[in-house]
Amino acid sequence: MFEPTNPQLTFAGFSEEPMSAEWAPLIRCIDGLGPYEMTSRMATARRALREQGVACHVSGSAPEQGIDRPWELDVLPLVIAPAEWKTLEVGLLQRARLLNRLLADLHGTQHTLRDGWLPAPLIYANPNYLRACQAVRVPDGNYLPFYAVDLARSQDGRWWVLADRTQNPAGLGFMLENRALVSRVLPEALQAARPRSLDGALPLLRERLQRLSPSTNGGSTVVVLTPGPRNEAYFEHTFLARKLCCTLAEGADLTVRDRRVYLKTLDGLRPVDVILRRVNDAYCDPLEFRGDSLLGVPGLLEAVRAGNVALANALGSGLVESPAFLAFLPGLCRLLLDEDLALPSVATWWCGGGRELREVRSQLQRLAVRSAWSLSGVSERGGGPLEMRLLAAPHEYVGQEEVLLSRIPAFRPDGTRSMEPFFMRVFLTGDGTNYQLLPGGLVRLPGRESLTSGLFPLAQRSKDVWVPSENAEAPAVPQIVVETASTRTPIDLPSRVADNFFWLGRYAERLEATARIHRCLLGWSLEAGGAPRLDALNAMSWRMGIELPGHTALRDLIGRIHLAAFAVRDRLSADTWRLLNRLPTRAECIPSAPLDALELLNTLVLDLAAFSGMEMENMTRGHGWLFLDIGRRMERSANLLSLVQSVTDAPAGTDLLYEPMLEICDSVITFRRRYFTAIRLVDALDLLLFHRDNPRSLAFQIEALERSAGMLPEETNQTGVEQIRWQITALAAKVHTTRLETGAGGPVVDGKPLRETLLGFTGQLRKVSELLTQTYFSHSIPRVN
Amino acid sequence: MKAQLFEITHTTLYRYHSPVLSSYNLMRLTPRRDERQKCLAHTIEITPTPGAQSVHTDYFGNEVTFASLALPHQELCITSRSKVTVSPPYMPDSSETPAWETVGAYCISDRSRPALEAAEFLFASPQVPIGPGFANYATPSFTPRRPILEAVLDLTERIFHDFTFDPTATTVATPLEEVLANRRGVCQDFAHFQIACLRSLGLPARYVSGYLETVPPPGCPKLTGADASHAWISVYCPGIGWIDMDPTNNLVPSMSHVTLAWGRDYGDVCPVRGVVSGGECPTLSVAVDVVALEEPGIGVL
Repeated sequence: MFEPTNPQLTFAGFSEEPMSAEWAPLIRCIDGLGPYEMTSRMATARRALREQGVACHVSGSAPEQGIDRPWELDVLPLVIAPAEWKTLEVGLLQRARLLNRLLADLHGTQHTLRDGWLPAPLIYANPNYLRACQAVRVPDGNYLPFYAVDLARSQDGRWWVLADRTQNPAGLGFMLENRALVSRVLPEALQAARPRSLDGALPLLRERLQRLSPSTNGGSTVVVLTPGPRNEAYFEHTFLARKLCCTLAEGADLTVRDRRVYLKTLDGLRPVDVILRRVNDAYCDPLEFRGDSLLGVPGLLEAVRAGNVALANALGSGLVESPAFLAFLPGLCRLLLDEDLALPSVATWWCGGGRELREVRSQLQRLAVRSAWSLSGVSERGGGPLEMRLLAAPHEYVGQEEVLLSRIPAFRPDGTRSMEPFFMRVFLTGDGTNYQLLPGGLVRLPGRESLTSGLFPLAQRSKDVWVPSENAEAPAVPQIVVETASTRTPIDLPSRVADNFFWLGRYAERLEATARIHRCLLGWSLEAGGAPRLDALNAMSWRMGIELPGHTALRDLIGRIHLAAFAVRDRLSADTWRLLNRLPTRAECIPSAPLDALELLNTLVLDLAAFSGMEMENMTRGHGWLFLDIGRRMERSANLLSLVQSVTDAPAGTDLLYEPMLEICDSVITFRRRYFTAIRLVDALDLLLFHRDNPRSLAFQIEALERSAGMLPEETNQTGVEQIRWQITALAAKVHTTRLETGAGGPVVDGKPLRETLLGFTGQLRKVSELLTQTYFSHSIPRVN
Repeated sequence: MKAQLFEITHTTLYRYHSPVLSSYNLMRLTPRRDERQKCLAHTIEITPTPGAQSVHTDYFGNEVTFASLALPHQELCITSRSKVTVSPPYMPDSSETPAWETVGAYCISDRSRPALEAAEFLFASPQVPIGPGFANYATPSFTPRRPILEAVLDLTERIFHDFTFDPTATTVATPLEEVLANRRGVCQDFAHFQIACLRSLGLPARYVSGYLETVPPPGCPKLTGADASHAWISVYCPGIGWIDMDPTNNLVPSMSHVTLAWGRDYGDVCPVRGVVSGGECPTLSVAVDVVALEEPGIGVL
């Protein structure tokens, strides 16, 4: 094999400059693989990310315009030498301790303020200062169990802190996904470079959360509180909930009773001890903070006050994210820790001080001016209007020097090699005084030469970070972490999740029915001389309320399926999710050529068959499955009734519709085997409505519903459940005793037209659906009185 | 020292068309206790009985009652009963108070507890914006080197004359700029407006919620429930302390104002704040009775 000699250690295709020694194993490995193999590995990575649905939500101008952008990973990691990492680590551990002390002081005695280390406006005019959190007891004074820092390396190799993320630091899940993927795609590089393992991260996280628990009798319940699927890091929330074996909850899934937090599940209320919250401070409790927040839990702060629940991170910890603090950290570090600040922040001047304001004004062309309070929003430069605003309220602004970013080797999305500017986020966890830095990070390639503080969006190309392990014996091979049964807590099903499963079942079934009808139409349109039948079919679709050509309807349904599936994705198997995640790509462009469209519809029908197969064969028969199945059975019954109705309602040429009707219901073969004759309506209807052994028949669905109704949880609403069961039993009795006969004007039941019976069934089904909603899904939205 | 004894009943009644499934409430209905005001007795009665009820002191030193209800109800009644004595405030000679220009800088630079506490009230708050519009209105009262109390008394009088009391003109959500433009509103608007004026000039001002004893016209009997909760402001005067000011009535609150709570604006001191789920079409009725008692011997309390 050709071994490239590399005496100077340059990285071919990336840079002519020599690379430092820690890159050697990686460079050898990449050179050894060659460009062709690398391209194929990168394609594998992209495919895996898409299939696993690793994504971040990018919001649009309207809520429904938001999209899930697949996570972008450049498989080439950033290598940081152990010595450099060590220096960083010292500075970061100090900073974590410092910020925790500062938060404790600001929410307690406020010595920093009284002794003049911090100017009063910095706190009092700061909208992130939540007065309701003052003097609220925080267990062990640990405001920051988790902490993330955005770091930039300037071109001279020095590291600068761009931003402290103290309230709900995101990105850890993405870091772990990146590592898992790079390990899979470049196993030989991992073997050669031996980066320090991240396997300890999740157990550490879990332990940290358990320790926060105020419950003394062990077995505490932890939930992840998410703002919901519209949040950019929602993928990570589902990831963490799954990996930590805890329930993913939205605000509406939690309730406060008797100053305790409970999870609303189908089995009743479950007490919650610890909340890993991914909701910002001000949105956590509409009673105490922003009344317009729908993301929080009313009474949450009162439960914290009573010491009945712990939050990670503590409420109010967002205060020190304000960029203005960066200017004061050196002094605060000497005051609170009696140490010099080891890791500098990006140079920052708070304009509330006269001298600093003059300094910033004199350099308005060079410095970036941004909000003193918030990481969001843009930085500006230049005089004129900016200077006017600055002078009107100087304490609301900071001036910052931009950090010119150093560059690292990167593969562009098209596979070409380049050197690109980068910054990275690293993660710490601790008890308030002792912190640990996770030996990895999340590198992002902002496509800009320089940066100041900011709220950096997740949707940027990312990279893994490798810190070569110093201990030669340490295993670098990724280990599979076995989650032992003892760490598993019972997984509760919030009622919102049951709702989503129900609709997932309904929409999947509706999509299948829609696809089948369109496929049938398209198929007959290709038959020679099929015109009369096609007309009859078009008229039938019109009576069913199906719009043609149907592209919009299909896409709309797929969108709904995706939303419902996304909301429960922490409860779907990887395969199931991959399957459902493929649907939107399928529907991206529906071809106009009939044969191609037919092909697509066939694929859709098969995908959905695979989904129901997984549902039957791979899903535990828990409450999630139960509601999925109920949704599916209800929808199939309703669709069938609507189809039969529109066929029997046809004014003329009804017989042309018999075969398509059987075809749509996938019952052509069954019919032929049973009857060996030309299709008679009464036989066809008998098969579709009343044959209990035809899995597509109404009788079969109702029997399944009856079985499921017996399994419905009873704790929440006994009366409701009894009503549902009674309705379904009554419907079943009717279906099983109905006898169909041929009358003069078509099929009749007890001498009356079939139509009346069908309408009766439809009405009863609708009633069941309403009862289900009332009993299990009614989410009332809290609002301020 | 002279003191006035009051018995106060404050009833808040919510009615809903459909049942409320859960209800969480924060109530700031306990009269404050300080040198001027003694709270002799206080009870809060809530029907239906809350599942949980607790009391804590908030950031500004106001007593807060938390109550949550988890059983369906269509009516929620909160009755607060208090017995309070109020003594008159110390009023300095206004000409001897410091020049208004020095006050803001003093609060920022001085690190004594009162000054630092006053610094809290220098900035815009969620319901009180600051800006040149408010400063312009206030400026005629704040001539150079004018003693702060004199200037504030003048501003209070101007607001009283320039603004019309009109309960139909505003709601809780009316922006303050609109109040300035239309010059109509209720006590809450006038208080917010005066605070905005003072803060726009860099002066510390806070919002006070409480009760005002109303005196019926001569010869008329006092009507039950005719009183209302009231709002006024307080301004910080270095070396003297906080001085209350009532722009709605153009006076310095004395023995007919009972203080419940103070904060940066109405949002900090709202007497009853609730979050409910369920319960469509809520209607709210509030009745306040402030009864002055002339008990012998009160003067020596």
